[in-house]
Amino acid sequence: MMETLDQIFVLLSRWLVGFLPAGWQTAAGVVLGVAAIVCLFPALFALTVLLERKGLGRMQNRIGPNRVGPFGILQPVADGLKSLTKEDIVPTRADGVVHFLAPLVLVTAVFMGFAVLPMGRNMTLVKMDASLLFYFAVGAPTELSIFMAGWSSRNKYSLLGAMRAVAQMISYEVPLLVSTVAVVMIAGSLSLDKIVEAQNHYTWGLPHWYIFTPWGFAGFVLFAIAATAETNRSPFDLPEGESELVAGYHTEYSGFKFALFFLGEYLGMFSVAGLGATLFLGGWSAPFSFLGWVPSWIWFFAKLLLAMCAFIWLRGTLPRLRQDQLMNFAWKFVLPLAMLNLMVAALWHFLGHGWARWVICSAILAVSYVLLAWAEMRGRRLGPRSYRYAG
Amino acid sequence: MAVADNKTEKLEGWNRPPVMEPEGEGELLEVATGPHHPSTHGVFRMDVALDGERVIRLKPVFGYLHRNHEMLAEGMSYLGSMPFTDRLDYICSLTNNWAYALAVEKLTGQEVPERAEYLRVILGELTRFQNHASSIGFLIQEMGASGTPLMYAFREREKILDLFEALTGARMMVNYMRFGGCRVDASAAWLDAARKVVAGLPGFVDEMDRLLSTNEILMARTQGIGILRPELAVNAGVTGPMLRASGVNYDIRKVDGYGIYNRFNFRVPLGDHWDVYDRYMIRLLEMRESIKILEQALKDIPAGPVMDPKAKLRGFRPKPGEAYGRIEAPKGELGFYLISDGGPNPYRYRVRPPSLINLTVLEDMALGENVADVVLIFGSVDIVLGEVDR
Amino acid sequence: MLGEGILKGLAETAKNFAGSFVSAERLTTVQYPEERIAPIEATRDFPFLVYDGADWEAGLRCVACQICEKECPPKCIYIEKSTDKKPDFTGKPQFYPARFDIDISVCMSCQICVEVCPFEAIKMDTEFELSTEDRFAGLLFDRKQLAKPNEHYRKIHPAEAAAVDARLAAEKAKAGARAKAASDAAAAKAAARPAEGGD
Repeated sequence: MMETLDQIFVLLSRWLVGFLPAGWQTAAGVVLGVAAIVCLFPALFALTVLLERKGLGRMQNRIGPNRVGPFGILQPVADGLKSLTKEDIVPTRADGVVHFLAPLVLVTAVFMGFAVLPMGRNMTLVKMDASLLFYFAVGAPTELSIFMAGWSSRNKYSLLGAMRAVAQMISYEVPLLVSTVAVVMIAGSLSLDKIVEAQNHYTWGLPHWYIFTPWGFAGFVLFAIAATAETNRSPFDLPEGESELVAGYHTEYSGFKFALFFLGEYLGMFSVAGLGATLFLGGWSAPFSFLGWVPSWIWFFAKLLLAMCAFIWLRGTLPRLRQDQLMNFAWKFVLPLAMLNLMVAALWHFLGHGWARWVICSAILAVSYVLLAWAEMRGRRLGPRSYRYAG
Repeated sequence: MAVADNKTEKLEGWNRPPVMEPEGEGELLEVATGPHHPSTHGVFRMDVALDGERVIRLKPVFGYLHRNHEMLAEGMSYLGSMPFTDRLDYICSLTNNWAYALAVEKLTGQEVPERAEYLRVILGELTRFQNHASSIGFLIQEMGASGTPLMYAFREREKILDLFEALTGARMMVNYMRFGGCRVDASAAWLDAARKVVAGLPGFVDEMDRLLSTNEILMARTQGIGILRPELAVNAGVTGPMLRASGVNYDIRKVDGYGIYNRFNFRVPLGDHWDVYDRYMIRLLEMRESIKILEQALKDIPAGPVMDPKAKLRGFRPKPGEAYGRIEAPKGELGFYLISDGGPNPYRYRVRPPSLINLTVLEDMALGENVADVVLIFGSVDIVLGEVDR
Repeated sequence: MLGEGILKGLAETAKNFAGSFVSAERLTTVQYPEERIAPIEATRDFPFLVYDGADWEAGLRCVACQICEKECPPKCIYIEKSTDKKPDFTGKPQFYPARFDIDISVCMSCQICVEVCPFEAIKMDTEFELSTEDRFAGLLFDRKQLAKPNEHYRKIHPAEAAAVDARLAAEKAKAGARAKAASDAAAAKAAARPAEGGD
């Protein structure tokens, strides 16, 4: 019974395509899967937007929106209607074609990333041997679309904002990739399905998720930082900051195109959170072996939701980093630690199975983190201070 | 340090505007920030010339909120100007009232009863607390923390404003101080409510401290930014927390000892690094000192009248003369200079606005800094346009 | 310095988030207009004229002395004195205002009119939901709109109203005593005069 529930979407899709002639069935199956993803993730986006506003509100001792529908559930519908009915202003000097295409490129590129995420047992839309490589390749046009948006607006300030955003995304792309290479090394495959399979074992009821290893934990933290920066979320959201002098890349967009940018950003968050869950948190595997009866897709989406909550939590607490500070942080802190993590992962693999490798790897990572952080802060003469009093 | 190479060490030529040479070729990007801008604390414009990301020139343009306060006062009786002083620094209306009342009391030589002095201190320190909390909240809001510390500050401020409303009748425009005392007496119930509120304030300051003071991102954004050297601060007439964050020990509550401040035990925190982080921390530490004063005042407040019984409300004609009354307002030294010619209206009424005078060093602090920091430096000056423009 | 500042900050926000579900201290929203905060007694919004008794014209305390008009800082009060007199609460004939307009779009709620009024005639109301579609005439209150009974004053500011009532009762008693003494003296004089006139 639980297996049926676990495979319910697979069985449903097989039953539906069974009505079509045999030649059409594979194509129809793929189309059905695509349709499911295109319907599901924007719905999740609506839910997340509401969750964010209410979550931020609760953190700030206030209630979020609660007037539109019970507990404000229909607020995203209201927002969507509003953005649909707003006038679509395109500046006269703007490059019309590029201006139109930029949000489309963003949304398309992000949707393609969902094709390779294993959302449950046998629930990957496209099974590939190098799905991680495909994921990163297909994520590249997101940066292109931001530049297209800034460039086509023919606005000095939008262009500056777009260039800063692209510089930020490129800088954090490298640590993102390097932190995932450690997982590939240990799992021995670029295929996301195989990576999940490698984590789906249990010892004394506890899972073999990579986050529970020293290099996996460090890798997860670095991946999370790089992912937050890739999706332009706080504390790395300077390109979208309103209180800065230079406007953002989406200043000249209004109405539905702006909503598409917003959608693209949140879908990017889902996509990268899904990837993080797959690589480090075991994808669709359950946290304890006795919980294995719960359907696998529930675990995947639960981890996704947890990641969203973490994003919202960070946004509510931390101020923004300045542009040059975030680039410094990427190149001088995150990247060296990510490369060190690669070496530590290799050391882990070759030190055999025992408690020694835990101690050695944790020690190397902890010491290097402390040294790097201390050097960064001291180098800029930053640090807590004490004050003197008079009178 | 930003401008150490471009300026001479001696400051005799401070009247000459500071200059910064742009490096590299290319034209300067001139940006006008404001007056319609989410971070300018009101209607205020800054004409900034940028070389890439560095600020080469900064010209503040204000006057958008000029309401002719000083000239209106020449046509109004002394009592009638009191509600208008509420609207100078509209966040701290009680301290504005106090400074004006002090100036008029100096002009006429009136005595203020002791209970009224205690009430003035209590309300003044409550005002200082909520001003510093809001100032810190707005500074962090501009840094992009989506307003969380601001909401916490306003949560506490609401309690203090409820106290003001219960005593004076209005949350912000209080019109409470009178020449010779306070308008109404505080009941025992109000004093108990005040004690309860004050008992909850240290927890709030600890909360802000834990949330912000050791936050690495905050430290990276504010330490070493917007340095104001003490000699420049003193020469420019900067007062208040900005001056103390530049290390100069000058607090009018200690220097003048106006009212009954010399009865209270409190310290004056001083900064050693003169940057935005120091100004933020000095305000936080001053909040703690205000709590100390409040606890002492609420404990010791005596019974008695709150208004000099011989004081006149109408037909108030001080003898010809002049007086300058100044207090340590939350933003700096707020002074009122009055010249009376014996008539019912003042001959000359002049406000020394601390926000405006603190703003004159904005360019010096911002030269050479990154454009993203200009908003932070401006926020750390803590101005209110009502006071700058009057 | 090593990231623990950020973690401490995250802990604070998490505390506030969790606390907002359990304690009122951490969720201070009052959902107006369904819920309202209890009004504070001393609050002041715009002035109103007090009248005693049931008839607002006869019981209006204002004697059109125009002191509040002179002292009002933004000059939002306009008074026209009447040409005849009517008796006040002690029985003495006084002028009354033929017109008493307050422009509440100008009024800044400073309460100086209340302080300087010698007759306890004008007090501060607590009504603030005064939005109207006509921004000129809708915000210009005339004598009739401003007149409210003393019961209303007692309801919104009970302690103040009690003090004012006590003061007015004492004044009335003093005036009554004076009137009685004067009428006794007049009666004594009248009683004495026929005796002299008869001579």
